[in-house]
Amino acid sequence: MDYLDQLEAEAIYILREVAGQFDRPALLFSGGKDSICLVHLALKAFRPGKFPFPLVHVDTGHNFQEALDYRDLLAKQLDEKLIVRYVEDTIKAKNLQDGKGKFPSRNGLQTYTLLDVIEEFEFDACIGGARRDEEKARAKERIFSVRDEFGQWDPKKQRPEIWNIYNGKIDKGENVRAFPISNWTELDVWKYIKRENIVLPSIYFTHKRECILTENGQLMNTNKFVELDENDVVVTKNVRYRTVGDMTCTSAVESEAYTVDDIISEIKETKISERGATRMDDRVSEAAMEDRKKGGYF
Amino acid sequence: MELLRFFTAGNVDDGKSTLIGRLLFDSNSISTDIIETLTRQSKAIGNDANIDLALLTDGLRAEREQGITIDVAYKYFTTEKRKFIIADTPGHSQYTRNMFTGASNTDLAIILVDARNGITDQTKRHSIISSILGIPHILVCINKMDLVNYDEKVYNQIQEDYLKFSKELHLKNISFIPTSALTGENVVTNSENLAWYKGASLFEFLEQVEIPHEEENQDSRFQVQYVIRPQTEDLHDYRGYAGSVLSGTFKKGQEVQIFPLESKTTISKIEKNGEEIIEASAGEPIIIHLEHDLDVSRGSTIVPLNQQIESEKNLEATICWMDNKPFQAGQKLILQQNSFRTKAIVKAIDSKIDIHNFSEIESNGTIHLNEFCKIQLKTAEKISFDSYKKNRKTGAFILINENTNNTVAAGIIN
Repeated sequence: MDYLDQLEAEAIYILREVAGQFDRPALLFSGGKDSICLVHLALKAFRPGKFPFPLVHVDTGHNFQEALDYRDLLAKQLDEKLIVRYVEDTIKAKNLQDGKGKFPSRNGLQTYTLLDVIEEFEFDACIGGARRDEEKARAKERIFSVRDEFGQWDPKKQRPEIWNIYNGKIDKGENVRAFPISNWTELDVWKYIKRENIVLPSIYFTHKRECILTENGQLMNTNKFVELDENDVVVTKNVRYRTVGDMTCTSAVESEAYTVDDIISEIKETKISERGATRMDDRVSEAAMEDRKKGGYF
Repeated sequence: MELLRFFTAGNVDDGKSTLIGRLLFDSNSISTDIIETLTRQSKAIGNDANIDLALLTDGLRAEREQGITIDVAYKYFTTEKRKFIIADTPGHSQYTRNMFTGASNTDLAIILVDARNGITDQTKRHSIISSILGIPHILVCINKMDLVNYDEKVYNQIQEDYLKFSKELHLKNISFIPTSALTGENVVTNSENLAWYKGASLFEFLEQVEIPHEEENQDSRFQVQYVIRPQTEDLHDYRGYAGSVLSGTFKKGQEVQIFPLESKTTISKIEKNGEEIIEASAGEPIIIHLEHDLDVSRGSTIVPLNQQIESEKNLEATICWMDNKPFQAGQKLILQQNSFRTKAIVKAIDSKIDIHNFSEIESNGTIHLNEFCKIQLKTAEKISFDSYKKNRKTGAFILINENTNNTVAAGIIN
């Protein structure tokens, strides 16, 4: 078997284990390439049946329109259930403080909405597209990651995960985060997208965009959430997105990649990691991701 | 392109994390932003001259603070020939369960030996665990050769000692490489200081070592993970059994037996990715359709009619205890073998394995964390299995505590 076949087989196996072990699973769908691959894998795992889970999207209100349009079209084409919950509503209902600063991120706030939607539908398992190569706390997380009632990850209490036997037994109120593409790298994802001819939102490919060039060299797109002041260096460049998160915390990279093949050669040559290039939220501290996960984040 | 999964075992003191860091670094698998972070961290701990490659793998705050590996970290790198998945596991005996976790589904063990110290208790423990798990390849990296003046005699002596000690372990393929992870010698490129060594560098070894696909040639086994029943108008009678081929091959038209039911039927159709296929082999995720309407559900095992599988309620197994709380015979647990679950009770603890010399010692009736024991189990329902030696997929199980839901043991069927 080719290595992509092996990665695919492992992911399908995990998806079917989730379906077999849980009463109310959900697939967390963001419109990003990793969760798009998950949907593609779910088709292979469950068709001609329907997905044994809905697609759930936590909409921060800062999402790219292209990703939202893609999300709605995909759910419609597949005729699968899509549940959307809004961080905006959580902020109002819980009287939370919205993100502050020049680039007001709602990254931390989406954990509240995620935990609420888990509670609302009593989801006992949430499938996510996180990969171990993204970040070093993720490199330590199990494929079936048990979270307590508050969604918290406790790295010291992780269950041993031996062979490919997955223990998803939990008490009521707890949930499991399941990561079928844990062992894929960014390059694996792109090679798979190419092999399977998977269609992606257009912002993954090169386009002209007006951006603010920040002091540390990141390209943040101009949008209604970011107030321009006179010191801002505004440039228009050919860019694409390597990750699709909030437009307030995801930066674009300069690129001339018009096709999936272009992207694959670009990634092979690049010297900057995926999150390093594009995420402001990981730059807070060495343990930023570990701390977010302990708080219930994916 | 092929996929090789391997694990490394050893202490930070043996240079294990440095070795992995070196593999990633020298294969250009580390990005500049991560190197910048490392440089900053290395300076913070007073290491100005070099970046500390060990910091690459220790991902949790507690690990960085204590300077040790506690839990398995997974790392990835790709060359022109292969994709590699590294399970970087801790060396200390108190984290044996985490090492066992990382090692369980790999094809190669890299066991690090500090050339100054030779074979230690830890080397023995890691080798014995690799033997219990049936890891197909063992590579002994005799590291820190720079600290013994690259002396060939030291290398030869350790090699001799290792072969003598490991004789009774029945390890399948053993190889040796002298290295210095710190200087990078023999990791990616050969070294003049080690010119007496004519073999492959670690990197070359990893690209060349044969990946055994044992399960392809074993008896055919399939276990149902999930039953697909769309119950729509046009697919009213559709009933497909989704799962992966654990070993061997399955064909359309093949006569099979379903366990634990022991009823006979025929495979009427095999589907993969929405298309009908004639034959499926080990590792493939498929949907099987059966000619007769039988009570087949998650955990049912499908076997060709002309092949045997054990189907019993009593079994003998070797387990590694992974829970902090000690355990006594007579307690009930849940046994999970792939997707099959049943209640089980430990009838007797026959003996304890000394994981430093592989001898069996009498058990005092209690199993503690990180101990290996031979036990007798009785299950509530019949379990269909092979011995682990015969089939790693059907001969392995975990034990789950009914109250805490924790995975408390890993077991292999003798």
